[in-house]
Amino acid sequence: MMQRTAASGARLCAALSLIGVLLWPLAGAAQQTGSRPQVKAGPADDAPVHTEHVQGRVYMLAGAGANITVEVGDEAVVVVDTGRPEMSDNVLAAIRQLSSRTIEFVVNTTIDPDHLGGNESVAKAGHYDSGQPGEKPGAAIMAHLNLMNRLTDAKAPSGAIPTDTYENSSWPLFNDEAIILYHPSAAHTDGDSYVFFRRSDVISTGDLFEPSSYPVIEADKGGSIDGIIDGLNDIIAIMVPRENEEGGTYLIPGHGRVCDRTDIVNYRDAITIIRARIQDLVSKGMTIEQVKASKPTFDYDGIYGSNAGPWTTSMFVEAVYNDLHEKNTKDKTKETEKPKQKTKSSGTAGGKG
Amino acid sequence: MRTRLLNLTALVALAALMLLVRPVFAQVDLSGEWGQKMHEDAPERGGGPEIGDYTGLPINDADRMRGDTWDAEKWTQLEHECEPHPADYAPRGPGSMRIWADMDPHTMDISAWHTEIMWMQPTRTIYMDGRAHPPDYAVHTWQGFSTGEWVADMLKVKTTHLKEGWLRRNGLARSEKATMTEYFIRHDDYFTLVTIVHDPVYLTEPFIRTSNWILDPGYHPIPSTCIPAVEIEHPKGWVAFHLPGKNPYLNEYGEKYGIPIEATRGGAETMYPEYQEKMAKMPVPKPKESAGQPPAENK
Repeated sequence: MMQRTAASGARLCAALSLIGVLLWPLAGAAQQTGSRPQVKAGPADDAPVHTEHVQGRVYMLAGAGANITVEVGDEAVVVVDTGRPEMSDNVLAAIRQLSSRTIEFVVNTTIDPDHLGGNESVAKAGHYDSGQPGEKPGAAIMAHLNLMNRLTDAKAPSGAIPTDTYENSSWPLFNDEAIILYHPSAAHTDGDSYVFFRRSDVISTGDLFEPSSYPVIEADKGGSIDGIIDGLNDIIAIMVPRENEEGGTYLIPGHGRVCDRTDIVNYRDAITIIRARIQDLVSKGMTIEQVKASKPTFDYDGIYGSNAGPWTTSMFVEAVYNDLHEKNTKDKTKETEKPKQKTKSSGTAGGKG
Repeated sequence: MRTRLLNLTALVALAALMLLVRPVFAQVDLSGEWGQKMHEDAPERGGGPEIGDYTGLPINDADRMRGDTWDAEKWTQLEHECEPHPADYAPRGPGSMRIWADMDPHTMDISAWHTEIMWMQPTRTIYMDGRAHPPDYAVHTWQGFSTGEWVADMLKVKTTHLKEGWLRRNGLARSEKATMTEYFIRHDDYFTLVTIVHDPVYLTEPFIRTSNWILDPGYHPIPSTCIPAVEIEHPKGWVAFHLPGKNPYLNEYGEKYGIPIEATRGGAETMYPEYQEKMAKMPVPKPKESAGQPPAENK
């Protein structure tokens, strides 16, 4: 169920699919002759945007806020996230070094300003014609419905608000390859998406996965620790590594380096283990102060932790504690109300103790 | 007379040519097939180390916690089944090795060395052409990104961009932030690899190991493949671990060999000979016949 949109979305998929099929041989040839550019956009003393060829048609732009994903098709360019607003000129310059094709689609993985701050500028530089009367100029901006509603409630500039939304668990698109938007419900927020470029075999994860930070759980926007873990498991389930558990499907995380399955599996393991530790302490009736004092993240802090900045280890532990404590309280209430009914066990961790 | 002049000219030209030729500073030919000498740390190199044996490792408290909460059932998780040893650990396994070189056809310089180790055949490239290491946002791999330079008769190699690995196969982790310095040293038919791991996350001092090989021209690698297969059914997202303080196996190693439990916990001081004096004053656990058996509730 899309807004603007179910009809126009279906039409654009069909049209792009047809064009994509017709141009597929050319697309392959163009790809084979491509190189791996290392682009610095903007003046040398300006903050640079670095371009990394990840695989197939997909590139990562780093240095403009959150990571930006660019998929280069033969008839259009798809951009996932747009970075901070002040970096838009450099972002557009980097995209133009990759392709002169029209930016038709911008996808927002999450609501944070470092992900969608460049929406207006990047969309304005592109164009998508759905054929509907009165349509705004510029590229289509696609996101989950909850994200659009939050931006609208926050009175964001109209040019930055998604034009096309979905509220199912997934939404297909085509630009010389199948592109699927997936919605991990109640993860980082309840309006996030991750984007699978199926032929290039690359997934743009948004803030569901950050290899150098504990996951940011925005509870006030519907985020939850179990949603994070479920989302990580869903991504792992569609990834296929090459031999010796390396390469194959690559990930562009919300922030940080390009990753493969081993990286997200280690991350999932760590977050699952920490969740189980905090759950154990919550079940024993410990307060948040007691939980923090027991240092449930201690052995992973050197990799994912931080004592400063917008998301500290302490904030992560508190978010997980609040989430699990609330669930624990609800479960106990249910047990009191229905003493013979079995409660669902929390999580899928296989720990002992 | 004309012949003498020609000879003299040729000699001068040869001498000039020799002066022009780029001098080769003590480069040693490492190429060939090498059979591993398994004479050090034998318990660790076959079936693997014992749970709770952290002796001789300069680990910090965070790594000790990784080891204490590790569960060997990790290897029944499909995603972990086919992981090879990372570059810093592979030489300690059963690791006969083949080494070969790439040569630049224009300069005749060696542009890269390659190594391939027997178990799961992890293959490394060591670039010798002076290229820079990749940026921070580039992918990490099991073998990392390596560059080399000759230091006297030794090939010095620096490696970055490693995936998270292990210092010992009992849960002691080595982080992805670690870097590695190596020295490849050949003495006639013997080859020694010095591996120095620097890990700001889990080590308090550099961790240094040496491994030895002997020239083995008859060695032929056996191709190996690994395809993950379900050995034990687990629910989606199942992860193996022990909760802190709940691992029942941690004291087995000390109890089995009569080693003070405190000493089994490792740390930098356990690397040095003088630690033996300190250890002699520690209580020694009584060997338990049941050591190595799981507690009744987990059988």
